[in-house]
Amino acid sequence: MTIQSPPQDWFHWPRGHERLWIGMALVWCMIMFVMMPYWHFNGKQNSTGESYSVEPQEFVDRTLRFAEDNKVGEFKGVPIAEPPPGGDAYLLGRMWNWYPVLKLRKGETYRLHISSADLQHGFSLQPMNMNFQVMPGYDHVLTLTPTSTGEFTIVCNEFCGAGHHMMIGKILVE
Amino acid sequence: MATISTEMSGPNTRECKTTGLPVCLDAQFFIRANAVMAVVFLLLGGIAAVSIALTRWPAVHLLDAEWFYRLLTFHGINMLIFWILFMEIGILYFACTSLLKTPLFSRSVAWGSFGLMVLGSVMTDYIILSGEADVMMTSYLPLLAHPLFYLGIILFAVGALIGVFNFFATVFVAWKGKRYGETMPLVAFGALTAAIIAVVALLHGAIALVPTFTFAMGWTAEPDAMWYRLIWWGLGHQSQQVNVAAMVSVWYLLSYWTCGAKVINETVSRGAFVLYILFINIASAHHLLVDPGVGASWKIWNTSYAMYLAVLASLIHGFTIPAGMEVGMRIKGYTKGLFNWLWNAPWRNPGFSAFFLSLVIFGFIGGITGVTLGTQQINITAHNTLRIPGHFHATVVGGTSLAFMGLTYYVVPLLFQREYSFRWLARIQPYVFAGGIVMMSLGMSFAGSDGVARRTWDIDAAGVYGATSHLMLAVLGIGGVLAFTGLMIYVLLTVYAVFLGKSNEGSAMEDWGTPRDIVHVGDVDPEKIGKDGNAPGTMVLVMVLLLSFVVYYFANWKALADLWFVR
Repeated sequence: MTIQSPPQDWFHWPRGHERLWIGMALVWCMIMFVMMPYWHFNGKQNSTGESYSVEPQEFVDRTLRFAEDNKVGEFKGVPIAEPPPGGDAYLLGRMWNWYPVLKLRKGETYRLHISSADLQHGFSLQPMNMNFQVMPGYDHVLTLTPTSTGEFTIVCNEFCGAGHHMMIGKILVE
Repeated sequence: MATISTEMSGPNTRECKTTGLPVCLDAQFFIRANAVMAVVFLLLGGIAAVSIALTRWPAVHLLDAEWFYRLLTFHGINMLIFWILFMEIGILYFACTSLLKTPLFSRSVAWGSFGLMVLGSVMTDYIILSGEADVMMTSYLPLLAHPLFYLGIILFAVGALIGVFNFFATVFVAWKGKRYGETMPLVAFGALTAAIIAVVALLHGAIALVPTFTFAMGWTAEPDAMWYRLIWWGLGHQSQQVNVAAMVSVWYLLSYWTCGAKVINETVSRGAFVLYILFINIASAHHLLVDPGVGASWKIWNTSYAMYLAVLASLIHGFTIPAGMEVGMRIKGYTKGLFNWLWNAPWRNPGFSAFFLSLVIFGFIGGITGVTLGTQQINITAHNTLRIPGHFHATVVGGTSLAFMGLTYYVVPLLFQREYSFRWLARIQPYVFAGGIVMMSLGMSFAGSDGVARRTWDIDAAGVYGATSHLMLAVLGIGGVLAFTGLMIYVLLTVYAVFLGKSNEGSAMEDWGTPRDIVHVGDVDPEKIGKDGNAPGTMVLVMVLLLSFVVYYFANWKALADLWFVR
């Protein structure tokens, strides 16, 4: 049947179970579609893709300045920067580390700028398991509100060369 | 199997003694050539696969970092591009000649296609293994490989495009001469769908890779990294939809050959293929859901394939294929109860078991995870974690590759005219392979839910992954070994059959086992079965699918709601 030319009157609207299933599948597809705009307006976790064009070197400079101005300590030789609540924070991904270590406060909202100095990187916050793409030339802004405290690890989860798996960073939340 | 009169005849044609289909000897030669190359690359990709799986299994951790990334690149390219596309060109040649009763348009075009594909694939593999292209299959800029890496892929893609052109030209000749009757058979229609999507996919590949090649040569400026991602996934994701369309066509073919499946409604099945063509070209968005540079409404519209209309197409095939099989079996007399048709299916026929396992794995694991992870916001919990390979090993390997393996158990006897030996091994092969892939896929998915990244050598970055992750990575490793065992059985049996198998020239192939007609009991009228669109057993099965889908989908929203707030 499937490999022969069908009879001439092959055009039929679906009937019976087949029609029932197509209807149910279509309704399910529409529910799934509506969920995304619904969550965009009512959910607390969204990836809006807010971003600005930036030269990689310019972003490196901004991050260094941010780390210097907001330094509150050191973590294994890397400065810890604590941005003001509601303020801007910068995080630089580069081969193969994250800079600086960020110190945030639970319940406060920050505009976290993430970009790369060289290749593409992946911002993967563990153990929360929140993941965002980090692109050179794109200042990716996450408006972020930590809702739990502790020491969180940033893993790079976009392949970035031989030392990819060594690219680890930290976010501390009080 | 039904016999069809052949209008195609002449010295360059034979009639298949098993199916009654005409076989164009030119097409047969190139189907053989493409199938042989496909199996060679499957073997190479498989050896890389088991090495990678054994590296991510913490207790083994086989490769060093350099070779892990190298073989990961090698594995992706050989499996996703070379093995599958060589097979698909073979399938296209079969569909446009035997099914449309038309000789292959051109031998020299087929030679050109085949030559370029071989040249390109050997070039790319050589460059990867020589350590000049440790860039992963995606080769995201600004990461840069040796220029010949891109040139190899471009040559391969051009070769594949030329093969697709040969297919279109043959279809045109067939259509002009009405050689197949008024309406194209469904399987050929599905192959045509795959070919159309392949053209769009390969053009995206050219647009992304040609400027990258010229940049690597130092001739032009560097393309934008975001632009590259957008266009590259026009190749990367759409080529998976080529696989879906080709795989669904193979499902229709194998369900007919092994169980005498009917098409419940040609309009519905064809309409679903058309939905693929119309809405697949925006699939690139699935890979950019947590990217900068593209906004929320763009992500929502595109990732849903314009309100999930291409997903609808797969849900429709998920009904029509088992339903067609159910109707075919009920007509044969297996009418008792809801599932008598299913229990009496030819489970020892590897063509059938590969088809049916492929259908189940693709639908229940690949499909449900794919749509859920491809939901804009849920992708935050999945992007670049092992959940992603957990999904696509269920679609591309458990789905497409397994279906193609099932097809091979017919291709070798019918087109190489050689019989398989060690048939008991062939009968268990789909189960071994499917079992391994399911374990591997679930291990990846659960480890990924725990946050474990994909494409990373160190399985325990800074000690953030807990005991559950380690257990799941072990499941991945063991599943990988099992799947590799299934793959090796397939490769060895097939190579043995092709070179040393008993010839069946001049007679029908040895039947793998097909259900025989039995006497109808009760007041069933076989003429009426399926005409009303009903398939009660299948209706129950798809309801189970839908229920699993709903539960998994909303469980993921719940998990997302527990995360930090982010906009």
